[in-house]
Amino acid sequence: MGGKVITITSGKGGVGKTTTTANIGVALARLNQKVVMIDADIGLRNLDIVMGLENRIVYDLVDVVEGRCKARQAMIKHKTFPELYLIPAAQTRDKTAVSPADMIQLTDGLRTEFDFIIIDSPAGIERGFRNAVAAADDVLIVTNPEVSAVRDADRVIGLLEAENKGPGQLILNRVKQDMIRRGEMLSPEDVTDLLAIKLIGIVPEDETVIPSSNSGIPVTLNDKSLAGLAFRNIARRLLGEEVPFIQLSESKGLFKRIARLFAGGER
Amino acid sequence: MPNLFDRVFGRSSPPANKSSGSTAKERLQFVLIHDRMNIPPEKLEAMKREILEVISKYVSIDDEHVDIALQQRDRNSLLIAEIPFLKTNEGIEKEDPKRESDDDL
Repeated sequence: MGGKVITITSGKGGVGKTTTTANIGVALARLNQKVVMIDADIGLRNLDIVMGLENRIVYDLVDVVEGRCKARQAMIKHKTFPELYLIPAAQTRDKTAVSPADMIQLTDGLRTEFDFIIIDSPAGIERGFRNAVAAADDVLIVTNPEVSAVRDADRVIGLLEAENKGPGQLILNRVKQDMIRRGEMLSPEDVTDLLAIKLIGIVPEDETVIPSSNSGIPVTLNDKSLAGLAFRNIARRLLGEEVPFIQLSESKGLFKRIARLFAGGER
Repeated sequence: MPNLFDRVFGRSSPPANKSSGSTAKERLQFVLIHDRMNIPPEKLEAMKREILEVISKYVSIDDEHVDIALQQRDRNSLLIAEIPFLKTNEGIEKEDPKRESDDDL
């Protein structure tokens, strides 16, 4: 069967799907995996700009699906990682331009060449979501420790279970340990209690994430970023490695954080 | 009322001295159960009433200690019901099999 198709979805918009996709893609490439990312958010193309590849687009996903070009021709090669590619979304079409069957056909063709095919799902639970999960072997659900995001994640998990794609694994993004300590934010334990699915990543809120997106260099390439470390850990877990979660609980200051970063044994 | 110390150190004290994090969890627990079952709270209440009505046709129920609630086990929903009968239930008290057999002898 070859490569694995992993879809990143959330239900709610704005929880960090695209940032997560970009970072997991880069982190896997850094671990010498052959990776192609597909932006399935047709009409709201974004993965290209977060990856810093927005100026190289010639063809897009809809061009591939409608036979105007070969998948190869639509793939944009990453600047740093020669085995990391992006198939961008079409910007001027809508979700109905692609069908779940198209996605299965496309990814089946890519499985022979790549270790990972990572699909960035649009928000919502309609056609775009169904396109994005149709071919998935594994689904990662991104959520924030916040009532609306958790509720939407639960809805998505329910839909995945109904389609025998579930329950998926959870990435809890934008975790603020100081707020959890004050009892003002749902903790990772609270969220896994509620959603009853396996956690594959806890990503702390981190001020290095936005500057990274600003410059189109995913934060996981920043070795000093705690969020970057969390994304690298997710990539290692996807490769089957047992990696303990970053201990945010006793996080008291920059010095300790840095000490932990070095103790983490990152490559 | 939050005192100055609490305000300075950013500790909020909402009513009942409960943190908003645990409020969030409780509210989500409730709403997720109903989302998953696709049954709104009023409908669930109607179902509970009907269940009790049916049982009441046969035995007297100790209404005060009835507990029917939806629970979650992993991602599955279960209806757990604890419906105690009243001790004065005629059927149970009157037809004591032991006494009957005593009479027979």
